[in-house]
Amino acid sequence: MPDTLNPTAGHVKLGSNSGQPMSRRDGIAKVTGAATYAADNRPDGLLYAVYAGAGIARGRVTSLNVGAAKAHPGVVEVMTPENRPPLALDPDEKHHFFAWRIEALQNDTVRYAGQPIAVVIAETLEAATEGARLLAPTYDEEPARIGFDGGEAYDPPTVGIGGNPTFEKGDAEAAEARSAKVVETKIATPMQYHNAMEPHAIVAQWDGDKLTIDTPNQAIVMARGGFAAYFGIPPENVTLRSPFLGGGFGSKAILVGPQLLCILAAKLTGRPVKLTLRRDQMYGPVQHRGATRQTVTLGTDGDNRLTMIKHHSVATTSSFDEFIEGAANASQNTYATPVLKSSHGAVRQDTGTPGPMRAPGEATGSAALEVAMDRMAEKAGMDPLEFRLLNYAETDPASGKEYSSKNLRECYAEGAKRFGWAGRPLAPGMMKDEHGRLKGWGMGTAMFPAPMFQAQARAVLKADGTAVLETAGADMGQGAWTALAQIAADGVGLPADKVEFLSGTSDQPDGGVAGGSGHTATAGSALFAAGSDAVAKLAEIAMKDPDSPVFGADNAGVEAREGRLVRLDDESRSDSYADILARAGLSEIEGNGTGARNPADAEARAMFSHGAVFAEVLIDPDLYQIRVSRLVGAFAAGRIINPKLAASQLNGGMIWGVGFALHEEGIHDPRTGRPVNGDLAGYHVPVNADVPCVETLLIDEEDHFVNALGVKGVGEMGISGTVGAIANAVWHATGKRVTSFPIHISALL
Amino acid sequence: MTLSISLTVNGERRDVPLEDPRATLLDVLRERIGLTGTKKGCDRGQCGACTVLVDGRRINSCLALAVSHDGAEVTTIEGLAQGDELHPVQAAFVECDGFQCGYCTPGQIMSAVGLIAEGGADDPEHIREGMSGNICRCAAYPGITAAVQDAQKRMAAEERKSA
Repeated sequence: MPDTLNPTAGHVKLGSNSGQPMSRRDGIAKVTGAATYAADNRPDGLLYAVYAGAGIARGRVTSLNVGAAKAHPGVVEVMTPENRPPLALDPDEKHHFFAWRIEALQNDTVRYAGQPIAVVIAETLEAATEGARLLAPTYDEEPARIGFDGGEAYDPPTVGIGGNPTFEKGDAEAAEARSAKVVETKIATPMQYHNAMEPHAIVAQWDGDKLTIDTPNQAIVMARGGFAAYFGIPPENVTLRSPFLGGGFGSKAILVGPQLLCILAAKLTGRPVKLTLRRDQMYGPVQHRGATRQTVTLGTDGDNRLTMIKHHSVATTSSFDEFIEGAANASQNTYATPVLKSSHGAVRQDTGTPGPMRAPGEATGSAALEVAMDRMAEKAGMDPLEFRLLNYAETDPASGKEYSSKNLRECYAEGAKRFGWAGRPLAPGMMKDEHGRLKGWGMGTAMFPAPMFQAQARAVLKADGTAVLETAGADMGQGAWTALAQIAADGVGLPADKVEFLSGTSDQPDGGVAGGSGHTATAGSALFAAGSDAVAKLAEIAMKDPDSPVFGADNAGVEAREGRLVRLDDESRSDSYADILARAGLSEIEGNGTGARNPADAEARAMFSHGAVFAEVLIDPDLYQIRVSRLVGAFAAGRIINPKLAASQLNGGMIWGVGFALHEEGIHDPRTGRPVNGDLAGYHVPVNADVPCVETLLIDEEDHFVNALGVKGVGEMGISGTVGAIANAVWHATGKRVTSFPIHISALL
Repeated sequence: MTLSISLTVNGERRDVPLEDPRATLLDVLRERIGLTGTKKGCDRGQCGACTVLVDGRRINSCLALAVSHDGAEVTTIEGLAQGDELHPVQAAFVECDGFQCGYCTPGQIMSAVGLIAEGGADDPEHIREGMSGNICRCAAYPGITAAVQDAQKRMAAEERKSA
């Protein structure tokens, strides 16, 4: 295949679709109520399942009043460990690096509050709900272990998904002893719950040994394999449909117990079953971000250059599985330092198992690092931005590698200009607004890896000059329906409105995972490659056809543009896709593509997205109520496929930073282990009035190494700089340093 | 026990045989009538995803028992557009990117229609306050505020024209 049509051969110039601020292609479906989320499905004969959750956090279920539940009008069946149909896999085993140990009524053990202990299946939701209440379980209860002092402490073998728990470059203790200044910063972060607006939901129907499930999922084809394995059927017997996810943020990537319970209920009753979690049931079996206690130690020399960064984090996990927030690893790639040390500890508690939650590791770790950097700037008597620029990393501090691209300097400059950072007083407590509120300005560096995973895609060019491109991608709000379609259209050299983009179903080519901020880069690369493959096949036909205006041109001598192959040496000569196919007697031509990183590039360069976030807070001088009055983020993330959607993602990420800094805190009662604030009135997330002014600047960045498209990712980075920026602004307003999140009013009094 | 209620939903009269007095208006709309555009986010009035208009006022349909709204006029997200022509609030949400995942969007839009009718969408601060009963976890708030403001202006201009 000729070089110019090979998308892996360097930086590909994209056509007119990518880069356009197109409105969402799924927009009309979403504003009219036509977009179908999992719980909107109502197959004939549908039954409703409601599970009863454990009222204790540790122990055994000793009785359930199954008779009372069954006697309730409308109740069809009650599923308990006694009558639950068998599974082909043991849910207590870890079958896959991306599989959690889950609860599927395998026995009477209770491992956390809210764990499913029985499922009531009824003709109506009301009857199932009442039936679940009538079960009135009794327990043999053991004391709950909650918090850092409750359960077993241990050294985790991995952090995050397979991450290294320890890293050391140079001798941190020696560097600390040699440093002119040393600042130690301790930061605590709480358990946080994803709280996607769409509660986890599933509709399951069996047809013999074929299973159809509607459930939101961030990694559709992988999930299909997981479900199939649990039921001992081939993956192709499972159809998983997930056209729209009502938010995921990491919590809808991994198979969870309630999904299996719904499928089992459908098996037990022989009818389709719907199971939707109540909001309060989302504080247990569907993951959360573990709490952390972190210590960041920074050293500098006489010129205020970093001599060392030492970051230690202890995170909570469950008693029976682990996902350790890799907070300390977030310090490895941001600031220049000759000596680095990261380490992690873990503590088990009687809660559900944590999982990846938007910017896992980076959100928590950078919060601590950015507060630490601000404290060191204060100690040095320097402006926080000036101190960060002095310690700007020209190469990746952990690996010593060059960055594939890094336009952070411009992010700092443009963000500071837009925010009006210049002239900020160094000392805290110097500014007030016109109402006498204390005003503070703070900043932080945003950083997130730019990974790629694996994805496949298929492209079909049709005789009518249109194309169909497909991959089982997932749109949980980030805009995959639109951005991936833009890339797909460029891949086949057509305007976006001539391309039908199919996604969100497991019978399509594997679109990989929508996670790690790598979906656009990965699935987009697959789609572009599939399109290029189809065009290359078309070009080969045209080149050999004496009737074609591009006859005889080498493959490299044509370019695909607006549905035509155009000769580069004579642009007046071109041939339409439709004509080429018609003369060849073909109704369509198919191309296939894979998205994955070139291993040599991955080895050669450090790949990250970057940004700078500037925050203003206003604080009531009597009540100490904190308001984030302004946020400006400037971000460089390679090629931006759709600036409108990317800005929304980054704004949303920054607002997650507001939630992290000021609102979010999952509290479990240390006596019972039960969630104290397990709903949206108790677990606070930002509302509209909390974020009066948020602005994203997209900074140009060309990257020749991340992938042929030059695409990084923007899904998670926004949160990472924002938390520290707000904490630092609070200090600048009040002189009080933040030691734990969320920042409570009581911490400022 | 079978109760029967009658609702006018999006201009269409619906006689709903109700076998269960515990059913909320939200669950009647979604599970019995089959209008699934209205979403359930919390089922306890904390998130606003289920917002519909009842007799012209915005309410959380998860907190309304269906039997207590016998005879009511209900407008849901499915009833806003005139054929293919979007309601100005719907069009503004698309244009201003006032959503990401789209799950809270029907509630946001119905709430915005209600807020504009209340006269509470005259400036961004009032919009943010008036829309704060509708949580968007994707945090598309800048786009939501812009969309409501944009729609309010367009609707006011239309009204002046037709007056």
